[in-house]
Amino acid sequence: MSGVFVGMPAFPEAAREAVRDGRLRANLRHATHTIRDKRARAVAELADWAELREAGKRIKDRTLRHLDTHLIRLEEAVTAAGGTVHWAADAAEANRIVTELVKATGETEVVKVKSMATQEIGLNDHLETEGIRAYETDLAELIVQLGEDRPSHILVPAIHRNRAEIRDIFRTQMGCWGRPAPDGLSDSPAELAEAARLHLREKFLRAKVGISGANFMVAETGTLVVVESEGNGRMCLTLPETLISVVGIEKVVPTWRDLEVFLQTLPRSSTAERMNPYTSMWTGTTDDDGPQAFHLVLLDNGRTDALADEVGRQALRCIRCSACLNVCPVYERAGGHAYGSVYPGPIGAILTPQLRGTTSEVDASLPYASSLCGACYDVCPVAIDIPEVLVHLREKVADRGGKGHRLEKAAIKAAGWVLDHPAALAAGERLASKTRTLHPRKLPGPGVGPWTESRDLPELPAEPFRDWWRRNRGKNRPEPRPEDRTGDRP
Amino acid sequence: MRVALFVTCVNDAVFPATGVATVRLLERLGVEVDFPAAQTCCGQPPFNTGYRRETAPLVRRTVGAFEGYDHVVVPSGSCAAMVRHHYPAFGPDAAALGPRTYELTEFLVDVLGVTDVGAYFPHTVTYHPSCHGLRMLGLGARPRRLLESVKGLELRELPGAEECCGFGGTFAVKNPDVSAAMGADKVANAVATGAEVLCGADNSCLLHVGGMLSRRGVPLRAVHLAEVLASTEEEPWR
Amino acid sequence: MSQTSRDRILARIRSAVATAPEAPEVPRTYLTRHVPDGPDAVLDLLHENLADYRAHVHRTDPAGLPGLIARLLDERGARSVVVPPGLPEAWLAECGAGRVADGPGLTPAVLDSVDAVVTGCALAVAETGTLVLDGGPGQGRRALTLVPDLHVCVVRAPEQVVASVPEALPRLDPLRALTWISGPSATSDIELDRVEGVHGPRTLEVVLVRGARTVSGGPATDREATDREATDRR
Repeated sequence: MSGVFVGMPAFPEAAREAVRDGRLRANLRHATHTIRDKRARAVAELADWAELREAGKRIKDRTLRHLDTHLIRLEEAVTAAGGTVHWAADAAEANRIVTELVKATGETEVVKVKSMATQEIGLNDHLETEGIRAYETDLAELIVQLGEDRPSHILVPAIHRNRAEIRDIFRTQMGCWGRPAPDGLSDSPAELAEAARLHLREKFLRAKVGISGANFMVAETGTLVVVESEGNGRMCLTLPETLISVVGIEKVVPTWRDLEVFLQTLPRSSTAERMNPYTSMWTGTTDDDGPQAFHLVLLDNGRTDALADEVGRQALRCIRCSACLNVCPVYERAGGHAYGSVYPGPIGAILTPQLRGTTSEVDASLPYASSLCGACYDVCPVAIDIPEVLVHLREKVADRGGKGHRLEKAAIKAAGWVLDHPAALAAGERLASKTRTLHPRKLPGPGVGPWTESRDLPELPAEPFRDWWRRNRGKNRPEPRPEDRTGDRP
Repeated sequence: MRVALFVTCVNDAVFPATGVATVRLLERLGVEVDFPAAQTCCGQPPFNTGYRRETAPLVRRTVGAFEGYDHVVVPSGSCAAMVRHHYPAFGPDAAALGPRTYELTEFLVDVLGVTDVGAYFPHTVTYHPSCHGLRMLGLGARPRRLLESVKGLELRELPGAEECCGFGGTFAVKNPDVSAAMGADKVANAVATGAEVLCGADNSCLLHVGGMLSRRGVPLRAVHLAEVLASTEEEPWR
Repeated sequence: MSQTSRDRILARIRSAVATAPEAPEVPRTYLTRHVPDGPDAVLDLLHENLADYRAHVHRTDPAGLPGLIARLLDERGARSVVVPPGLPEAWLAECGAGRVADGPGLTPAVLDSVDAVVTGCALAVAETGTLVLDGGPGQGRRALTLVPDLHVCVVRAPEQVVASVPEALPRLDPLRALTWISGPSATSDIELDRVEGVHGPRTLEVVLVRGARTVSGGPATDREATDREATDRR
C-alpha cells in the first residue's frame, strides 16, 4: 500500500498520543456520535434489514468464490461497451498504468473523485513525481490535501478536523492551489462548502482527465457505480474527455439486480441517508455524453492474499460504508491515523494486515487494536465478523512469534498448565489469598504496570470460591487432593 | 434437573462472593447446584489473544468437567459466550456444551421462568450491559427485568450503556491508554447517574471499571448482578 | 505486461479459492417494497421524501405545468435555461427565460454561465426520494443537469413513480448513463453533519404531474421501449 504511512509506530504508541489530544478526542466524539444515532434510525426504517444484510453477505461470498469468472465477464462487458480494461497486480503497476494513460492525453493535471483504491496505492504522490498534479475534489479529501494531512476515516477523511480548523486551512492554503478562499470566510459548514464549490469549479470546468474508483462493478452489464453526495463525483465522471477508474477486484457484483441490495444498505450505513444525493452509473462510453475514453484498472494489490485466507477473506465483502468506524469505541479514542493505513478502524485492523502482511510493527499491532466488543459486527451491512477475523489474525501474528510474542506465549503456556491442574490452581489461589495483605494495589513496571497506571487492583478475597464451596457445600464430593480439608456449613 | 455452576476462573480467584451469591440465589429458587471441582477456565483469555492451540486443553477440561449436567450456569456473559460461540470450533463434544450453557440471567428468565427472584436491595443502581452478554448472547432485557423486580431497588439509566467499558481482556494491557480512556468515559457516565451501585453481569468488566472507581475514590461500588439478586431482607448485601 | 498481470491475478484467484466450499444461492427474502400498493400513497411518500432531503416539491396537472415551470424559473431569477433535446415544447411555453439548446458549443464553461435546466426523468423512487435520469428524450446528456445551479425536474405520476429500489432497477437500462438524484447536492464532510449545496445544482425543484401522458406521449413511448430492451437483455 501507500508509502505515506511508512515508519508508523505500533498502534498503542500512536494511540497514546491521540488519546491525549483533547481537541482530536472532542472532534471524533462529536462526529461519530452524531452519525451513530442517525444510522440507527435510518436502518430501523427498513423492517427487512436483517434479510438485506444476509443477502449482501451472500452475494459477496458467492462472488468471491467465482471471482475469476465475474472479472472476465466484467472485462468482456466493459470492452464491448467501448471501455478498455487493464489489470494491475500491485500498487506500482497500477500507478504506472495510470501515469501512462494520463501522459498519453498530453495533460499535466487531473481531477479526482474520492477513491480508497487510489489512496491505497499512493497515486497522487506517484503522479506528482511524474509531473502530473492530481486535484482531490471531495470536500474532506480537499481538506486533507490542502492541509498536507493524512486521511483518518474512510468516508470522511478529515473527520479529525472541526469546522474552525477547516476554515483556517481554507484561508491559508486555497490560494496556493488555485482560487483563494472568499474574504471573511466563517466556520459555518454552509460557507465552507461554498468556498470549496468556488475553489474547485474552475478545475472541473477545464479538466480533461478524471480519475475515480467505484463502489460497484456489475459483471453482467459492465456497469460501474459511484455513490457520492456533493456532485464532485458527477463532475469528474462527466466533464472530462478521459476517465480512468481504479477499482479493487473485489468490488465486482455478478448481476444488475444485486445492486438492489447494496443501494439500500450502503447509504443508510454510511451517511445514514435513505439515499445519497448522487449515484452515477455508466457502462463503457456513451456517445455524445461524458468521457469518450474510459479505462478501467482492476487492482489486486494483496487482495488475492486475503482471498486465500478462509477466515480473513470475509474482509473482502466490505463495501466501505465506514459504519464500523463510527461505532467503534477504540477508533473514537485513538483516531484514524493511529492505524497507519488509509483503512482505519475495525475494518482497517483486519484489512491492512491482510493486504500488507504483518511484518511492520504497526501492521502486527493492528489485530490487537480492539476490545472485541462486537459493535462493528452488529452494524456491518455485509455481516463481516470483524472480531472473528481479529482473533484469527492474532493467531497468525502470535504464530510468527515476533516481538513480545515469544514471552507472551511462554506465559500463556504456564498459565495454561496451571489452569489444567486444578490442584495447582487452588494452591496458587490460596497462597495469593493468604498473603493478600502484602499485595499492593498499584504495581510498577511492564506487564501489569500499565493496568495499575489508571486502575487499582482488587483486594484479594480471604479464600477462593472453591474453598468456600468445599467448606460449605463440599460433603460427599470428590476432592482433587485428599489432604484438603472439608468445611462445615456455617 | 442436574445443574452445575461454572463459576469461572476470575470469580473463583478474585470474586468468590459472586459465586457464593449465585449458589445462594439458585438454592433459594429451589435449584440444587453442583460445583464440579475439575473446572478451571473456559479458555477465553488465550483464545482471544490468538493462542488457539493453548486453548484446546482448557476446552477439553471444561467439557469433561461438565459432562452429564443438563444445565451449566455461568455468572459471566463473556465466558458463556466463549462456550457457546467458540467451542464449536474445537470439535463436536465441545460444541455440545454450548446449548447446555446458560448465562445466569438466561437461566433465571428462560429456564426457571422467573423475573422476580424475591430479592431486596434498597439502593440506587445503574446497569452496565457487558458487550459479550449484550451482543454475542443477546441477553436483551433479561437483566433489566430482573433488576426491576427487586424490592427497594431504584434503577437509573446509564448513558452510553451499550458502549464497551474498555476492558477487553488482554486489550487492557496491550492498549492501556485507549482502554483507560474508554473506562474513564464509562466511569463518568456511571457517576453521572448518581447511583450508589454500578451493577454488571461480568466481573471482568467490573474489575476494570471498579479499579478505576477505586483509584479515583468515587463513592460508587461495582457489584455483580448475582450479588444484587441474592440479597434479601433477611440476609441483605452489605 | 498487462496481459501477464491479468493471467497472474486470475491464477492467484483460482488458487486462493480452489479448496473453498461452494457458495450457496443468495436468499432474496428481503422485501421488494416497504410501502403498501396504491399510487396515491406511493406518490405522497415520494413527495415527503424528496422534501425531507430539501428538494422543493410541487404538484400540478398538465394544463398547469407550463405556468408552474415559468413561475419557478422566474422566482429563482433564472434568465437562461438549457433545453435538452426532446423536451416537450409545451413545458416551456410560458417561460420568459432565454432558451439555450444543447450542441457542440455548449462546453462546460459556457454551460456554467446558464442559470437553469428543465428536464423530465426516467423514473422516480418513492421510498428513497430519488429521481433517475437516463439521458432519454427531455433529459439530455449528464452535464446539462450538473453544471447549472437550478434543476427543475418533471415527474409524470403515476406512471414514472415506483415504490422502491428493487422496483426501479428492472425498469432501467444499464447500458445508458444513469444519474440517481436524491435532493440537491450535499455533504456530510464537516463533522458528519449534512449541509446542502456543494458542486451539483444547489436548488432542485421537482414537479409531480398527474396524467401528463396527454401533454407528451413521446417520452412515455421511449421509456416503454427501454423497458423492453432491458428485459430482453436479461
